[in-house]
Amino acid sequence: MPEIRHQIRFLLNESDVSLAEVAPDEMLLDYLRLRRRLTGTKEGCAEGDCGACTVLVGRIAGDELVYEAVNACIRFLGSLDGCHVVTVEHLKRTDGTLHPVQQALVDHHGSQCGFCTPGFVMSLYALWMRSPQPSDQAIDKALQGNLCRCTGYEPIVKAARAITGYGAPQADPLHGERARVRARLSAMADGSRVEIGKGANRLLVPADVDDLAEILQAEPNATIVAGSTDVGLWVTKFMRDIAPAVFIGGLGALRAIEEGTAGITFGAGVSYSDAFSVLSGRIPPLGRLIDRIGGDQVRNMGTIGGNIANGSPIGDMPPPLIALGGSLTLRKGDTRRTIALEDYFIDYGKQDRAPGEFVEKIHVPLPNPDARFAVWKVSKRRDEDITAVLGAFNVTVRDGSVAQARIAYGGMAATPRRAKAVEAALVGRPWSQETVDAALAAYEVDFTPISDMRASAEYRMMAAKNLLRRFYLATSGGAMPLEVARYEVAQ
Amino acid sequence: MTRHEPLDLKKAEISGGVATDRRHDSAHKHVTGEAVYIDDMAEPAGTLHAYLGLSTVAHGIIKSMDLGAVAAAPGVVAVLTHEDVPGTNDISPAGLDDEPIFAPDKVQFLGQPVFAVVAETREQARRACSLARIEYEDLPALIDIAEAGEDARLVTKPLTLQRGSVGPALQAAPRRISGRMRVGGQDHFYLEGQIAFAMPGEDQDVTVHSSTQHPSEVQHMVAHALGAPSHAVTVEVRRMGGGFGGKETQANLFAAVAAIAAKKTGRPVKIRPDRDDDMTATGKRHDFLIDYDVGFDEEGRILGVDFTYSARCGFSADLSGPVTDRALFHCDNTYYYPSVRAISRPLYTNTVSNTAFRGFGGPQGMLGAERIIDEVAFALGRDPLEIRKRNLYGETDRNVTPYHQTVEDSEAARVIEELEISAGYADRRREIAEFNERSPIVKRGIALTPVKFGISFTATHFNQAGALVHVYTDGSIHLNHGGTEMGQGLYVKVAQIVAEEFQVDIEQVKITATTTGKVPNTSATAASSGSDLNGMAAQNAARQIKDRLIDFATGQYEVPKEQIEFLPGRVRVGNQEIPFAELVRQAYMARIQLSAAGFYKTPKIHWNRDKGKGRPFYYFAYGAACSEVSVDTLTGEYVVERTDILHETGRSLNRAIDIGQIEGGFIQGMGWLTTEELVWDDKGRLRTHAPSTYKIPLASDRPKIFNVELADWGENREKTVHRSKAVGEPPFMLAMSVLHALSDAVASVAGHKICPRLDAPATPERVLMAVERLRAEG
Repeated sequence: MPEIRHQIRFLLNESDVSLAEVAPDEMLLDYLRLRRRLTGTKEGCAEGDCGACTVLVGRIAGDELVYEAVNACIRFLGSLDGCHVVTVEHLKRTDGTLHPVQQALVDHHGSQCGFCTPGFVMSLYALWMRSPQPSDQAIDKALQGNLCRCTGYEPIVKAARAITGYGAPQADPLHGERARVRARLSAMADGSRVEIGKGANRLLVPADVDDLAEILQAEPNATIVAGSTDVGLWVTKFMRDIAPAVFIGGLGALRAIEEGTAGITFGAGVSYSDAFSVLSGRIPPLGRLIDRIGGDQVRNMGTIGGNIANGSPIGDMPPPLIALGGSLTLRKGDTRRTIALEDYFIDYGKQDRAPGEFVEKIHVPLPNPDARFAVWKVSKRRDEDITAVLGAFNVTVRDGSVAQARIAYGGMAATPRRAKAVEAALVGRPWSQETVDAALAAYEVDFTPISDMRASAEYRMMAAKNLLRRFYLATSGGAMPLEVARYEVAQ
Repeated sequence: MTRHEPLDLKKAEISGGVATDRRHDSAHKHVTGEAVYIDDMAEPAGTLHAYLGLSTVAHGIIKSMDLGAVAAAPGVVAVLTHEDVPGTNDISPAGLDDEPIFAPDKVQFLGQPVFAVVAETREQARRACSLARIEYEDLPALIDIAEAGEDARLVTKPLTLQRGSVGPALQAAPRRISGRMRVGGQDHFYLEGQIAFAMPGEDQDVTVHSSTQHPSEVQHMVAHALGAPSHAVTVEVRRMGGGFGGKETQANLFAAVAAIAAKKTGRPVKIRPDRDDDMTATGKRHDFLIDYDVGFDEEGRILGVDFTYSARCGFSADLSGPVTDRALFHCDNTYYYPSVRAISRPLYTNTVSNTAFRGFGGPQGMLGAERIIDEVAFALGRDPLEIRKRNLYGETDRNVTPYHQTVEDSEAARVIEELEISAGYADRRREIAEFNERSPIVKRGIALTPVKFGISFTATHFNQAGALVHVYTDGSIHLNHGGTEMGQGLYVKVAQIVAEEFQVDIEQVKITATTTGKVPNTSATAASSGSDLNGMAAQNAARQIKDRLIDFATGQYEVPKEQIEFLPGRVRVGNQEIPFAELVRQAYMARIQLSAAGFYKTPKIHWNRDKGKGRPFYYFAYGAACSEVSVDTLTGEYVVERTDILHETGRSLNRAIDIGQIEGGFIQGMGWLTTEELVWDDKGRLRTHAPSTYKIPLASDRPKIFNVELADWGENREKTVHRSKAVGEPPFMLAMSVLHALSDAVASVAGHKICPRLDAPATPERVLMAVERLRAEG
């Protein structure tokens, strides 16, 4: 058993922080505003959608120190052990000179009421550090997680384009101090388990994955918290008790990505952003899908493992992974089992996961070389919205006939689910408009969607069918263009 | 004033005068996070936190209420119900006594405040709220106005506008179409939610920091609730994190609860609801059903229109009277109706009481006008723009509105004509038709829509404002006025006006927080009137002081008045130039009063609501927008390809600020008409109560190409401050061009022969359903 430490340790701007008292459900935002009176970081929604609370979190990933924008409102304090938290107060120089990001916003009239502005500053800061001369597409993407109600965004985007003229990231303190900060963070990583609190009201940060397995054996009903983009809301919106809470976001082994010839294996703690860097090259439709999940802040925190483990009917990753024939490795103690992803989802809110068991790995096979694979998400707002309907198509056509078809949908049932009747109506038949038209009736067999605030049942059904029609057109060289998009989409 | 800098006696111009692109006065503080919003203020020792307990049924009698567990919860100091209101349990801004702070015996919407908890921490107060046990006896609830019967209850007196005889006109018209349009509401989604922070004082005194657009009303409501005179209550606001109308009356509740709790406990009390509670418990833009019957000729000339505007007002009147009035005032937009009748139906519903929101009913009113334009155009197979132009108000005839005000300043024709050319409308319409011809799935559409928006509060007495200006002996200036800063740049504009008057650099003018203690009896910062009213009042105050300085200088230096001139940083007195600060110091020594209260009231306006006649508006603001969209006819998804805007702000006080209002207003209007959808379920529960479910535009929703120009040939024909025009609300309605471009794209699937009757918001779902309907009918 590893050593146990009873403090959370991290860096906040310039200061070392060591906290022996942290509630399992205490949020970074409350800590900043209430305990530290760092009030530049704002609360707009307390659910990770508006970005007013955006801060940077630096963490050591492999040999690198990476800074990412995150939502402080749903980021648990307990998840920050060994991290560097950077808030808007860190940007202005002591002589009063504004940071390039700040000066560009001032000069372009990028603020009106100003309440969202610190969040925009931090998102643009993160963008500028990794990409000093971003494309418009990169700017839009970096701002997907920030809402502004006053400006209409135009002056903010103009400022974003101009930042590079105000200074280079090399001159930025976070660049210059990188080695020193890394050393300070490395010194904090002492390989111990962190445990704070008593009895059930505890927070735990496992030392490693084996330690996690051990903790869950002892605390089978503990709440496992990875990116907290879901669990965060259990606390901020539903005031649910999550203790004992086990924070796994910092476990390096769970953030591993193994690339093989047949597929890719993701540790359960791999964030969307990290997955994107691999998937956008290997399975481009999945890269494009990830671009439309949350904003950067959520993608930097949220994990594919969490998206699956929590079993939401509208999680965006399960349908395409089911269509690809993905599987999961679950672990309990030292026992592991691997199951098909589609079998994991039993019913609404019910998954095939025993108490004390956790998702360890996700295996994603590459599409067959001769298969056509596509994923389309339909939502009220294009970006940073929750799915109304999502369709994933993995179809192989040989000699003009459908040899294989795996089609899965989100938003159409209580769980992500395959359209088996539709598949059956396609397989063995010629890949033609007639076959597709005939298969549309099978949707009524596969799905009985509901009406809610995102879409009516009628619309869901119609859009689901039309996605198959779009897939047919896309694979048969039919009418172009087939989609509307802000930026050109390579088919 | 930087005393230590050498004075430049040759200075050609001041910094930050009028008509300069001065940046927002708080821009530096916004980007550094140093701008202080109420929740950022340091809390005095002993500060308590309040949280509201909300009803869980839409309409019901409170049978029993057990708050024992709430009171016993950790950290709880007090629990408040209607019985704890020392004065009157009412915050109706209309004075109708129909809006309790805490529901006394009956709840009338799901989310209505029933009690409040005051605790050591906000978290404790919030958690304690969930321990209440309240039993209700359900009463029948009306949620959707489409289900309201003929004799449905109204929250306030309706309005009828009438000119000519609409019945005969419709009967005689060669063509006639009737229909109904549904227009959704809108949540303000100010980024800073509602908040109030009350500090108890001695005697009956209380100071309330309130995020409000209407400090005077908050003051009156708090006094009313406490049973104290207004002089006991001081309300202050430095800035809001957005308002948009959502903090005009909606701040009253929070301020009243904080003040009651502060007086009861003797400790400072802050109240800040969670975003979900904010969205559930506070009013929004009214959704409307617009019934129309229009008669027209074969040339597309409208001959008569009969409108009924039914609005979901919620359980109380709030501002629904003036909002539905303003809808009728804009049922014409820029079009002349030879005969017209328009009726409002402000309907009682068991939903949150709807309120002011940028445009204040005007946008809904105009959508009715634009819908009938579409109906006429598609019925005749004409381009809607042609029908728009054919029906514009005339310069000398065909220029009387449905409320009998003559349109004397019509700029619509010129704005449309210039925009049509600069946006390349005709060529693009041709290209779009060609594109649609060869593109079976993705369809494009284009629309150019005008805006004419009436400026003035329609309640004439609100059109007044006050300001307070002090000049200190070092030449620095303290500026205060009744207007509030919610991001729109009012503070900087008024400071520019004062700097211009005194011919001093704007850095010499200190902009100070709005407070009822300095300028009393103010109107809400609303109706786009902020700069018009407060700018004039501040100018008036500055001129009083200037006049005294001139009088002083005439006596002191024995030169005639006409030889005294305020130059940048100095005053020319005869043959010599005296630094401004020096003249001020001399005036002080001579015991000249260097402080003045300014005042302004808008001239010319009058309105007789009973007769539906008058001149409610001092002037009109004009603009037009041309938008192009692409629509996916398989899913209804769309993007805005391009928007061109030409908007008229008279002689702009600050072009940068005005362009910010235009861009921001347009995008906010686009959100209202596209992705922002409010959904109540049949139990009356708002299902879209957070940004996860309620989708305002993102950066990636803005038009791919976005050209915004000010029509700078314009100057206000009326004598407004520096001949500028109001700009807060009018640009919001430029977004109608997006709705109509979507309509145009949808219409293309049936050869532009059928009116798509696209309701708002035109979500992808509504667009797809309209496509399906047209394909089925076409």
